[in-house]
Amino acid sequence: MAKTMRVSLVAADREVWSGEATVVNCRTLAGEIGIMADHTPVMSVLAAGQVDVRTVDDGHWVAAVDGGFISVADNHVRLLCEYAELSHESDFDEAKRLMEERKAALEGED
Amino acid sequence: MAVSLREYRARIRSVESTKKITRAMELIAASRIIKAQQRAQQAAPYARELTRAVSALVTYSNTDHPLTTEPEDPKRAAILIVTSDRGLAGAYSSSVLKEGERLAERLRGEGKDVVTYLTGRKGEAYYRFRGRDVAESWSGFSDQPRYENAREIGEALIGAFTADEDAPEHVDEVHLVYTQFRSMLVQEPHDVRMLPLEVVESDERPEKDEVLPLYEFEPSAEEVLDALLPKYVQSRIFFALLQASASELAARQKAMKSATDNAEELIKKYTRIANQARQAGITQEISEIVGGVNALADANAASE
Repeated sequence: MAKTMRVSLVAADREVWSGEATVVNCRTLAGEIGIMADHTPVMSVLAAGQVDVRTVDDGHWVAAVDGGFISVADNHVRLLCEYAELSHESDFDEAKRLMEERKAALEGED
Repeated sequence: MAVSLREYRARIRSVESTKKITRAMELIAASRIIKAQQRAQQAAPYARELTRAVSALVTYSNTDHPLTTEPEDPKRAAILIVTSDRGLAGAYSSSVLKEGERLAERLRGEGKDVVTYLTGRKGEAYYRFRGRDVAESWSGFSDQPRYENAREIGEALIGAFTADEDAPEHVDEVHLVYTQFRSMLVQEPHDVRMLPLEVVESDERPEKDEVLPLYEFEPSAEEVLDALLPKYVQSRIFFALLQASASELAARQKAMKSATDNAEELIKKYTRIANQARQAGITQEISEIVGGVNALADANAASE
């Protein structure tokens, strides 16, 4: 079995997820990076987009983030974002409704 | 006598309804404090990680950043005062405003102009009443601040700090005045200088013996710092707002508790006076009847 590392995804107002994982894929300003266990210490700026994590026992989750940071050190990956939402926790209809609302608000301002 | 008895009864009733209201507010505040504390706890991991990252950056890269550079000759200082939206919280808002005044006085003593930023309606009312200028103010979230609020405030303050030297809104320093939540009983107004940043002074300082790893920065240390520092400032503001909201609720609970106790005291007092008045009325009536009976008896005895 592949080596694992600790991953924590932290939003400004709560800890969204933390646990053991084997691979983390995310987008930074410098491009896409994939991190596996025992990665060299890195600190980078995340671009808005998705974070893809393969957890132990072949689990898998995807989260939407609005940009933030990733820091990797001592086999611990920390993803810091102001907003983060796990795909299996988010509500598609609710998100769609919010998007329509924002759009309408933006058009109202013009 | 009967009139004053009625008056006392009416007073007791009105104090009783006041007591009901203050009691309800006390209970509401008490239940919200727990929530506010939970929110502060949930926000802690983000603040802790951010502080770690910033201290690692500052330790290992010798980059200067506009947000950390001390201006040579500071002329204008901004103060952000965190007050509440609603009153009935004892001396909460007035003590934080007083702390703000003290700080403004000190800064003026150092020869700096003071620009005021406010959050909370109480602070706005205080400044409007005195006809003082406020650069910008935000309100409507003092009892449960959200991260967006902190972000908005942070953007405004960083904007003023990084503005051109000649711009009218330019400031050389930013100070933050808020109420620290020490415990349910003690909340202290507190001021810190937020900008230029003095990194790592918060309570979430990593342990001394912990060696910070040698990070590689991508794309570059400057760019990471550029993105990181504003977030650090916003997270500090968020932390201050959360502390302030917990303090506000604790102050309100305390104030409402003493108001309730006071109402109880008053009710007791008025009940005693009312009872006395009633007793006096009865005694008088009895003595009148007895006097009447005696007079009748005397008259009858005389006529026989």
